[in-house]
Amino acid sequence: MTAMIELTDVHKSFGDHHVIRGFSASVARGEVVCLIGASGSGKSTILRCINGLESYERGCITVDGVTVDCTDRSIVTVRTHVSMVFQRFNLFPHRTALENVIEGPIYVKGESRAEAIDRGRALLARVGLADKEGAHPAQLSGGQQQRVAIARALAMQPRAILFDEPTSALDPEMVGEVLEVMRSVAEEGMTMLIVTHEMAFAREVADRVLFLDQGVILEQGPARSVLTAPTNPRTQDFLRRVLHPM
Amino acid sequence: MSQFFSDSIEFLPILLQGVRLTIIVTVGSLILSTVIGLVWAFMRVSGIRALSGTAVVIVNLIRGIPIIVQLFYIYFVLPDFGIALSALQAAIVGLGVAYSAYQAENFRAGIEAIDHGQVEAAQSIGMGWWLMMRRVILPQAVRIVLPPYGNTMIMMLKDSSQASIITVAELALQGKLIASSTFKNTEVFTLVALLYLTMSIPLILLVGALERRFGRK
Repeated sequence: MTAMIELTDVHKSFGDHHVIRGFSASVARGEVVCLIGASGSGKSTILRCINGLESYERGCITVDGVTVDCTDRSIVTVRTHVSMVFQRFNLFPHRTALENVIEGPIYVKGESRAEAIDRGRALLARVGLADKEGAHPAQLSGGQQQRVAIARALAMQPRAILFDEPTSALDPEMVGEVLEVMRSVAEEGMTMLIVTHEMAFAREVADRVLFLDQGVILEQGPARSVLTAPTNPRTQDFLRRVLHPM
Repeated sequence: MSQFFSDSIEFLPILLQGVRLTIIVTVGSLILSTVIGLVWAFMRVSGIRALSGTAVVIVNLIRGIPIIVQLFYIYFVLPDFGIALSALQAAIVGLGVAYSAYQAENFRAGIEAIDHGQVEAAQSIGMGWWLMMRRVILPQAVRIVLPPYGNTMIMMLKDSSQASIITVAELALQGKLIASSTFKNTEVFTLVALLYLTMSIPLILLVGALERRFGRK
């Protein structure tokens, strides 16, 4: 198995706050990896470093063999290879669902409009929103917006997709529809790195789980073993609090 | 009253020539101030410190000097450096530059009001800076910027009268010339005021409509 995303001894600080303290991990082609941990443990920062939304100070990140350097023009190419799905969707509010999906293919990748529209419609159908292509984001529910966002990510035909707490901003009744779409994307062999608090989803869909604490990986392994039989006391404590909050 | 109408018929043709120049100065300097103002605004939000710093200095310089002094400078001082502009050109350039500072602040505020998530979404699908501006940021910023932009248009229409100070025979100056030769101050300046209102009231209504359309969302 070759690595699609490779992080080696990555360090990142915000001012005096040393958020990522030597993070090393790799995600293989077609692998689904969930990143779990308490808020503030640096999970989102890791994702944001991988597609260059944040810079990192030390170490090395590569995506499909290309080094991520957000000060270099090559970052634009890296970003077309790695899509991102955000907690707060970040759809373009002035464009319809279909326009959101075809924006990247047409204006970034230079695909023909007709081709992009065909594929965009197919992707909207795939996330169950064929009838919403003309709707603006404000007319859609949170779950529908997030599904459009996933279609937008897929439209770039990326080599990997990063999910940054994709269900955390949703009303509880909408979480399922988004996880369902993510499950189907995973089943088609997409490489996925997911920051999530949905432990049931992680256990079922992820190949591996990484538990992050204060900027380093404390425990990692197959999803089932990390989530059901964690060995590190901090992992045990975290999972107890997440799974049994009362 | 009938005397006022007969005077009006006599003075209006001359005043309308002034109106023509008022419109030329206003539209010309509006276009120029928009273009230059966009340049300052882009420099401000470029994220490149040398560019944004330069823009801050320029905008503050422009804001700190009265428009009349800027007009004097362009009309009377620039010829010493080999740049001789006609009075009309100088008026358009002077007002355009003077107002570019206010336009820039408005544009910058509009751009910075856009949720940062939009920037990240644009970057995450591989957009470069300019493409992101054109396709994501500016189309959204326009809604925020338009109502104050309309107000700037109204102020520029009125401030075009400052061009009279460098001999552009726009509406205010034409009025002053007629008044000083006929001594009919009341009639002439009432006409001048009415002509300005005729031009500015449609703009004021337009701004109101824009504010209702975009203001509260």
